Amino acid sequence: MAREEAVVLEHLTKTFGETRAVEDLNLTVYEGEIFGLLGPNGAGKTTTILMLLGLVEPTEGRVLVFGIDATRNPREVKRVVGYLPDDVGFYEDLTGRENLRLTGRLNGLSEAEVEATAERLLARVGLEEAADLPVKAYSRGIRQRLGLADTLMKKPRLIVLDEPTLGIDPEGVREFLHLIRTLSQEEGVTVLLSSHHLHQVQAICDRVGIFVRGRLLAVGTIDELSRQLFSQEPYALRLTVRPLTEDVRQALARIPGVTRVEPQGSDELFVAAARDVAAEVAREVVGRGAALARLEPVRYGLDEIYHRFFEGVA
Amino acid sequence: MDRGLAVLYRKELADHIHSLRSLVLAALVALTSLASLFTAAQALRAVVPTAKDPSAISVFLIAVSSGANNLPSLASFVGFLAPLLGLGMSFDAISSERNRRTLLRLLAQPIYRDDVILAKWLAALTVVGVFFFALGVLVVGLAIFFFGVPPEGEELLRFFTYLAATVVYVAVWISFGVLLSLLFRQPSTSILIGLAAWLYFVLFHPLLVNLFVPVDEGAPPNVQLRQFAWHQGLLRLSPVELYQEIATALLTPEVRTLGPLTLGQLVGAVPTPLPYSQSLILVLPHVVVLFALDAVLFALSFAYFMRQDITGRE
Repeated sequence: MAREEAVVLEHLTKTFGETRAVEDLNLTVYEGEIFGLLGPNGAGKTTTILMLLGLVEPTEGRVLVFGIDATRNPREVKRVVGYLPDDVGFYEDLTGRENLRLTGRLNGLSEAEVEATAERLLARVGLEEAADLPVKAYSRGIRQRLGLADTLMKKPRLIVLDEPTLGIDPEGVREFLHLIRTLSQEEGVTVLLSSHHLHQVQAICDRVGIFVRGRLLAVGTIDELSRQLFSQEPYALRLTVRPLTEDVRQALARIPGVTRVEPQGSDELFVAAARDVAAEVAREVVGRGAALARLEPVRYGLDEIYHRFFEGVA
Repeated sequence: MDRGLAVLYRKELADHIHSLRSLVLAALVALTSLASLFTAAQALRAVVPTAKDPSAISVFLIAVSSGANNLPSLASFVGFLAPLLGLGMSFDAISSERNRRTLLRLLAQPIYRDDVILAKWLAALTVVGVFFFALGVLVVGLAIFFFGVPPEGEELLRFFTYLAATVVYVAVWISFGVLLSLLFRQPSTSILIGLAAWLYFVLFHPLLVNLFVPVDEGAPPNVQLRQFAWHQGLLRLSPVELYQEIATALLTPEVRTLGPLTLGQLVGAVPTPLPYSQSLILVLPHVVVLFALDAVLFALSFAYFMRQDITGRE
C-alpha cells in the first residue's frame, strides 16, 4: 500500500506484575483512515493507547508514530497526537474557551493562533453558545465535544479517542460520531477510536482490530473479517415463505452447497451456504406453490463477528 | 524559561490569586502578625521613654521580636504559621489535578513531566514571596506610624533578610506539600499528614530531645558541653529549630553565637550588638541547610513523579 504508516506497533507487550495487559501486539494504522480498536473493558485498549503516547513504557516491543519512537521521544509524539480520554478533565472554573487556550499555549501556538483556532474549533463542534460559560456548567455530551476540540487545538496528524461516547445519550452519540467522521475528512487527520461498542465502530471505522485480553485477534475491514470468520458458509439468506411447510424446508436443505436451514419465527428461514444459492432457493420455493414474500442476503455484521470471537476465547 | 513551564506557571499563579484558600491563609498570617505588632508597640511606647538612652534601643526590631500582654511576638507568629501557609498552598497540588482528571490531559501535551510540579512549586513560592514582602512593607509603615521614627537602615536590612529566610523556610514546606500531594491521592490524608509533621516539629521534637538527651545543669563543664552538643545537634534536625535560630540571630543583634559560650570566652567581650554582616555569617549554615532540605524534598517528588503511573483512577 502506498499510504503512509501513521502508527506501527511491533511486538508490543506490557506486563503489570503477573498480569499481561498487552501481549505481542502487531498493528499498523495508515494515514487518513479511521481505525477502530474494538474490545471489551479491560482488554488492554487504554494501556495500548498510553504506550502510543509515551505515557506508559512498554515492557517489550516498540511504538512508532509517524516514524517517531513514542517511548524514546514522547514529547515529539505528543506534538502530533491529540488524545481524548474516556472521561476528560477540564479546569471547572475556567470557561471552555479558556481551557482550549491553555492547551493551545502548551502546544506553542502564538496568541493570535490560539484565539483563531479556539474560535474555529468551538464553532466546528457546535459550542459557540457554551464557549464562555465555566466548564462546570457543561453536560457530559458538551464536555466530550469540548474534549474533541481540545484534541484538535494542536493541529494533530492523529487523534486517539478512548471510549469517547461513554455516557452520552444515543442522539448525542450519533452526532458525535458524525462529527468525528467529518472532521477526519475535512482536517485530514487519522483517527484511532477505541470502543467496546460495536455498532459505533461499525458505523464510522474503515478498519477494525478486535482486541481481547491483551491480544489482537483479527484486523481488517468488516467485510474481510466476516469472510475470514465465516469461510465455511460465506453466504447466507433470510427469506419469508407463506405458507412455510416442512416440504419446502427439506427441499431447500437438499440444494447442493446449503449447509444449514434454520426456521426463525413462524414463516421465516435462515439459509447458510458455501456458494450463492439465492436463485435456486427462489425457484424451489415458488416451484412448490408457496409464496416468496421476501428474500435477502445476510451480510455478517460486527455483532456476529464479535460473538464468534468471544466464543473462541471463552 | 521553558515554554511549557512558563504557561503552566502563569496558570498556577492565576489559580492561587483567585483562590479563596490563599486569601484565607494570607489573612490569617497578616492579622495575627499585625495584632502582635500592635500590642508590642503599645508596651514599648510605655517603656522606651523611661530608659536612660532611648536612641540606643533598636525599637523596631524589639517590636517585631518580642511579645507583650501574653501575645507572642510577630516573629513567633510568622514562624508558627509559615509552615501552615506552605502546606496549605501545596498539599493537593498534584492530587487535585489527578482527581479532576486534568493531569492526563496536561501530560498528553508536548511538555516535560517535571514542568508540572516545578510550575506548581514556583507559583506557590512566588505568591508566598510577594505576600511576605508586602507584609514587611506594611509592618515597617505601621512601625513608623506608632513610634514616629523610621527604623534605621540596618534594622530594615535585618528585617527583610529575616523575611527572605522565612520564604526559604516556607519553600521547604511547599516542597513537602508537593511530595505529599504525589504520595496520597486523597487531599485529606495529605493535609493530615502534613499537619502531623508540622505539630511534631513544632511541639514534640523539642520535648522528645529534652526528655531523652537532657543537659544536666549540675554536671562538670566538659560533660555538660558534650551533652549540650548532642542536645543541640538533635534539635537542629528539625527545620523549625533551624528557622528559629535564624530568626533569633537576625532579629536580635545582641546574640553573638548560636552555640554554647563559656565564661572564659566572654571575658573582655564588649556587650555591643553584632554588625549585620556578622549575624549573617552566624545564620549562613542554617540557611544553606534549609536550601539543601528544599532541594532534597523536591528531588524526591521529581523522582517519584517521573516513575508514577499517572493513569490509575482508584
